[in-house]
Amino acid sequence: MASALATRRLSRFAFAALPIGWVGLLLLLPYLFLFAHSFFRLSNGQLTHQLTLENYARLFGTPLYPGTIVFSAGIAARVTLLSLLLAYPLAYLLAFKVRRHKNLLYMAVIIPLWVSYLVRAYAWKIILGQEGVLNGFLQGIGVIDAPLSVLLYSKWAVMIALVHIYTPFTLMPIYAVLESIAPSLKEASQDLYASRWRTFVHVVLPLSLPGVVAGCTFAFVLSMGDFIAPVLLGGNDSALMVSNLVVSLFGVAYNWPLGAAVSVVMLLMTITLLTIARQVEDRLGGGAAERRAGQPGDAQAGMGRGALHA
Amino acid sequence: MSLLELRSVTKRFGDFVAVDQISLDVAAGEFLTLLGASGSGKTTTLRMVAGFEHPDSGTILMDGADITGLPPYRRDLNTVFQQYALFPHMNVRENVGYGLRMRKVGRSEIRERVTRALEMVQLGHLADRPPRKLSGGQQQRVALARALVNRPRVLLLDEPLGALDLKLRKEMQLELKHLNRQLGITFIYVTHDQEEALTMSDRIALMQNGRIVQLGQPRVLYDRPASRYVADFIGETNLLPATVTAQRGDDLTLTIGNVAATATTGRSWVPGTPGWLAVRPEHLRVASGTAGPNRLTVTARETIFTGQVTRVYTALADGTAVVMHWPAGATPPEPGMALTVTWEPAHGVCVGD
Repeated sequence: MASALATRRLSRFAFAALPIGWVGLLLLLPYLFLFAHSFFRLSNGQLTHQLTLENYARLFGTPLYPGTIVFSAGIAARVTLLSLLLAYPLAYLLAFKVRRHKNLLYMAVIIPLWVSYLVRAYAWKIILGQEGVLNGFLQGIGVIDAPLSVLLYSKWAVMIALVHIYTPFTLMPIYAVLESIAPSLKEASQDLYASRWRTFVHVVLPLSLPGVVAGCTFAFVLSMGDFIAPVLLGGNDSALMVSNLVVSLFGVAYNWPLGAAVSVVMLLMTITLLTIARQVEDRLGGGAAERRAGQPGDAQAGMGRGALHA
Repeated sequence: MSLLELRSVTKRFGDFVAVDQISLDVAAGEFLTLLGASGSGKTTTLRMVAGFEHPDSGTILMDGADITGLPPYRRDLNTVFQQYALFPHMNVRENVGYGLRMRKVGRSEIRERVTRALEMVQLGHLADRPPRKLSGGQQQRVALARALVNRPRVLLLDEPLGALDLKLRKEMQLELKHLNRQLGITFIYVTHDQEEALTMSDRIALMQNGRIVQLGQPRVLYDRPASRYVADFIGETNLLPATVTAQRGDDLTLTIGNVAATATTGRSWVPGTPGWLAVRPEHLRVASGTAGPNRLTVTARETIFTGQVTRVYTALADGTAVVMHWPAGATPPEPGMALTVTWEPAHGVCVGD
């Protein structure tokens, strides 16, 4: 008996050891290194293990760094807004209006996620370039005489690509939430004299907000941290998203401590944002969040009934 | 004039005819139940009255005005949904006040009417709770208050008690019946539970395959079923294969096996046609003496005590099962014992398929 118990404990530990080791070794440890590096000093191009705050002082003292962070956040915010404007109506159509070929359409939205990110970003190069599809088309129909060079290598190109890439991420949680709204709720609203539009405003939209928050968080965090689209499509003008800055600090500039400090600031921003989003979602989703956590609502309801009929 | 009128209403879903040319008049203040098994078309009928489904043909009139094409939000009626359909992002008070808000009733009036509606269903103390913190029975009452606060002409109820336990269901049945009488609101109630229908209804429309097979007072459906299906669906009944020998008015003579019997009927029969004699277990008793009409010999098989009644399961010589209620206090028969059972001619109804 005792040995069987010991074996079971051991096997349970062995079971947990792999994922714990994985997360610890490949996620927490690197973050710890990153965090530590942000307090190290660089003297004569050599990393020394003296603790200092001067990386952070330089970060906040040089307009370039906060400026880039704000610039990136601005791009990310616009990408988020555009993704939402595209994703919400599409999710709504998919959830409520499309009956035939619903899965096919949903797959059409989702399948691009399986295509390599690089391929999708490059595709925009082909579309927007001087010799690109769009310029060719515009010239072909006679709208322009010479190819436009402003299409590619601008922050607009970066934003178009980012919106394209992250719209499915925005759509998925919104679609999932809309799908979960019981049709009888919409019927109840109409039964209580609300037109279709007022039903949307008073019932569907409020109930879908947790999905909107989740989708927007995806779009914002992912596009804020993106550095490939700016490299490929941003040109000189705007290859300076904050992640590009980190890449060049670690790479070309070989200033790991400063790169680490910028990363830590970004990480803290992201964690803050996710925490806020999580709380907003919980508040909006109310019941949903509670139901996930072992249904305390039901137990309480049960007690309530007991009291009523006691 | 009837308040609500369905004229030859039909609804198809693809090839499936859910509701097949139903015509129905509902009087103001009436408690009408649409009773039937699942797939009989009762819910679809209710949903067409509510406006959630639109008939393929036929018209629905309210107060003589055609409402067939009106969307739900333009109809002066409210629905209590099967799973209550309370808005999860609103508390009880907001749920109940939703209809009034959509009708742009003033704030203070909403407050007052919501408070009164909640008191009516004894939930005044839970006004600020979200629906998920309520028990099933409480949610059910909120759904009821949310509909009644609008003072609709007609209240539609779609199996509203289905999710409640038996004791609570019986309480709510009485409460609904009282509300119907008190408020004078017309109730159209959908259920598959025949006992519930018998308890509450002024009239029952029993539906089968999208049609109404019998419409009438509960007593009539119980005592004078129009067909074998009705007899079988409503209450417990014995169905004995019989052959009609002669008819005089509503009185029939028939044979069960080779025994002659008498029964009543609501339709005309050609002598020689097969039918079913429907007789309720509580109307069967052991015959005294040796002569008299309607005597069948059965063999006792099993006795079951259920609290209210003692059921004795027996069989005819050909194996047809016959169940009867045994008088309280009398000693039930031993299995294998032969009995002669009899019934009043008025209690035997001959029905066709």
